[in-house]
Amino acid sequence: MAIQRKPVDIVIVGAGVAGTIIAKELLDAGLQVLQLERGRMVDPNEDFAMPFAHDELKFTVHSDLGQDLSRETVTFRNTIDEIALPMRQMGSFKPAECVGGAGILWNGQTWRFLPWDFEVRSRAEQRYGAGCLPEDCTSQDWGLTYQELEPHYERFEQVYGVGGKAGNLNGAIVPGGNPFEGPRASEYPNPPTRPTLSGALFTEAAQSLGYTPFTTPSAAMTRDYVNPYGMSLNRCVKGGFCSQFGCANGAKASPLTTVLPALLRHRHYELRPHSNVVRINLDPSGTRATGVTYLDATAKLVEQPAELVILCSYTLNNTRLMLLSGIGQPYDPVSGTGVIGKNYSYQPVGTVNLFFEDRSFNRFMGGGAQAQVIDDFNGDNFDHTGLGFIGGAYISANNGGALPIRSRPVPEGTPRWGRAWKKAVSRYYDRSFTINAHGGCQSYRGNYLDLDPTYKDAFGLPLLRMTFDWRDNERKMSAYTTARAAEIARAIGPDHLKASPVKGKYSNVHYENTHNNGGVIVGGDPRSSALNKYLQSWDVPNVFVVGASAFPQNSANNPTGTVGALAYWTAEAITTLYLDRQDALVDA
Amino acid sequence: MAHQASRHFFYLLPSEARFLDAAVERLIPTDEQGPGACAAGVTEYIDRQLASVWGVHGRNYRFGPWQDGTPQQGYQSALVPQQVYRMGIQEVDAWCRGEHRQPFSFLDETAQENILTQLEKGAVGLPNVPPRLFFDMLYGNTMEGFFSDPVYGGNRDKIGWKLLGFPGIASAAYVEHMARHGVAYRVEPVAIEDVLQGRVEIDAGGYPKHVLPER
Repeated sequence: MAIQRKPVDIVIVGAGVAGTIIAKELLDAGLQVLQLERGRMVDPNEDFAMPFAHDELKFTVHSDLGQDLSRETVTFRNTIDEIALPMRQMGSFKPAECVGGAGILWNGQTWRFLPWDFEVRSRAEQRYGAGCLPEDCTSQDWGLTYQELEPHYERFEQVYGVGGKAGNLNGAIVPGGNPFEGPRASEYPNPPTRPTLSGALFTEAAQSLGYTPFTTPSAAMTRDYVNPYGMSLNRCVKGGFCSQFGCANGAKASPLTTVLPALLRHRHYELRPHSNVVRINLDPSGTRATGVTYLDATAKLVEQPAELVILCSYTLNNTRLMLLSGIGQPYDPVSGTGVIGKNYSYQPVGTVNLFFEDRSFNRFMGGGAQAQVIDDFNGDNFDHTGLGFIGGAYISANNGGALPIRSRPVPEGTPRWGRAWKKAVSRYYDRSFTINAHGGCQSYRGNYLDLDPTYKDAFGLPLLRMTFDWRDNERKMSAYTTARAAEIARAIGPDHLKASPVKGKYSNVHYENTHNNGGVIVGGDPRSSALNKYLQSWDVPNVFVVGASAFPQNSANNPTGTVGALAYWTAEAITTLYLDRQDALVDA
Repeated sequence: MAHQASRHFFYLLPSEARFLDAAVERLIPTDEQGPGACAAGVTEYIDRQLASVWGVHGRNYRFGPWQDGTPQQGYQSALVPQQVYRMGIQEVDAWCRGEHRQPFSFLDETAQENILTQLEKGAVGLPNVPPRLFFDMLYGNTMEGFFSDPVYGGNRDKIGWKLLGFPGIASAAYVEHMARHGVAYRVEPVAIEDVLQGRVEIDAGGYPKHVLPER
């Protein structure tokens, strides 16, 4: 018998980037909010205190703030004819488990998606003809456009204190920014970072080839900053220890530094950590949520009634909770019917390592978003006629703070260990840098999420099963964009160069990025999407599902900016539309 | 290491420590650039990791059923690190005795290198422990032990960081230095205990003030 808690108006599941923003916006509209978080509370002053915060082993190898896989993981296989096996240790992506979530561990690159990303199918077919997408490609338009999200991107950039340079202000191209970006209503709230040596060399080489380099937008503060919620953030000291770390300096924007203190001051707000939601409860009709059931810190079942349920946990967990709750028809990859678990996708990143005999790059300095970049080969910013693929990559040189356990590139042909390796690693650790071709990924019929038939979590509930592999479209895209990155690298003139496009099978062994997306996707039609354009469930209108789980396919750009924009978009839809109607905002 | 008797191990047996001293030193040898993995305390690092939650995969998924899976599916062995090392060392030593009449640590350096190469390729048949699983774990831990903060028992005297020119805990001075393109920033590396024990000056933000190495 579950413990019964007092009913609340609104329950938000998850206290990461999306959940904290929505909580704040609803509180500001005069509502009462209960936020449930499966992980523990984090106090940046304690958890990220110097000198302990600069511990590579603890935070990257042992993923201290990552999900405890002994209790819950996902299973993985490349194709439906394989048996999925559990991700037993942290692999290519790292879900977090704490208040703040992966929004603590991100690298701060704060992109908007391209207008094209929201209308991939219709724009690609319009430009290249009806047969231009692969037969098994299930990419689709969002039913929501860049223009609609623009004010919400702007709000997120202000709250997260993003430093950058606008390239398109209300349709006018501005020198120094990204000429390919969608029109922006305003300049970034903070100035861009200043290029490092690798960034300057990249910029010069890219310009010599006729491209338009600019500075990657960064949520590591480029000056002291107070955000619209009154939160103070400090100027970044470029100390590295950035991606996969909590910031010791209070400079990298995260839910803990931009929103949470403002929430905790609010008397209509309650945050309950150690509350692992396992089900959204439905009334007998199955069309109305009555609240959620969660496991408390001691794994006792608790029933929490609520009028409105907003799922804001990680991509994978949002999908799992919809499946565990029986909301929406599970996706079937054979018939192509159903929606929950559909269009799971990821991001393929090609790399080019440059090695020099006589140059020092101080690679350990910088931060996750300390980068110069071109967008000339992203999305549909270039003509794909005859190339045999759609989509693209941004190409960037990043001074991300290279730490020695994880980042010690050596030229091709160097042995993995022994005397020759030692000589090479000592020589090239600081005489090298990397140019990435950070690619988008289309969605496909056989790439999806469902519940595993065999493996369970520590509480006896089925794990989420991931079925995913790269397709030729993405392999060709990566080969092409990595070749462009290598041309830029050659223009810089390294002594050795190693280009590694994404090829072969997707592997879940080595860390790549935590940019998983899809599973509970937005769209214009309930037969092909789980959510309407307001991220409201087509099937149960008092359930909203916010996060990268809503992306019907993946942009090449890092997801956090769009997750934040979607949070503001959904919060506005709830306060201005849903509260009056208490029903579906779009007719099915 | 010469002074076996003076070393304390939480998990490893003396013979296992001897095995690892030899193996990690082959992976990262002492040379003209400086000491190798053995002098850097990598055996101690591995011992302490084995005695930690990691040694029993305490934060990894450990429910069955167990099967090998594809290379893309990652670690699928039911063996936890404590078992991989204990059984792996015992089985490699038994193999060495069969082939060379002596355990691994008694063989000459060339023979040890050859055996490690064969383990890496999966070319040695061991009764229970897959040779590549054993090698990959040893290899990964050796690199961690050589390059992690010395507080974990390895990277003694910051040998690994000095080899690379990695300064350890960051300084707030980077923000100015980053504008000086191409000027190598080379300092005496700072580790966690240098800060805790007051061996380095600290600024208001808790960041160490780096000092140039003595010349």
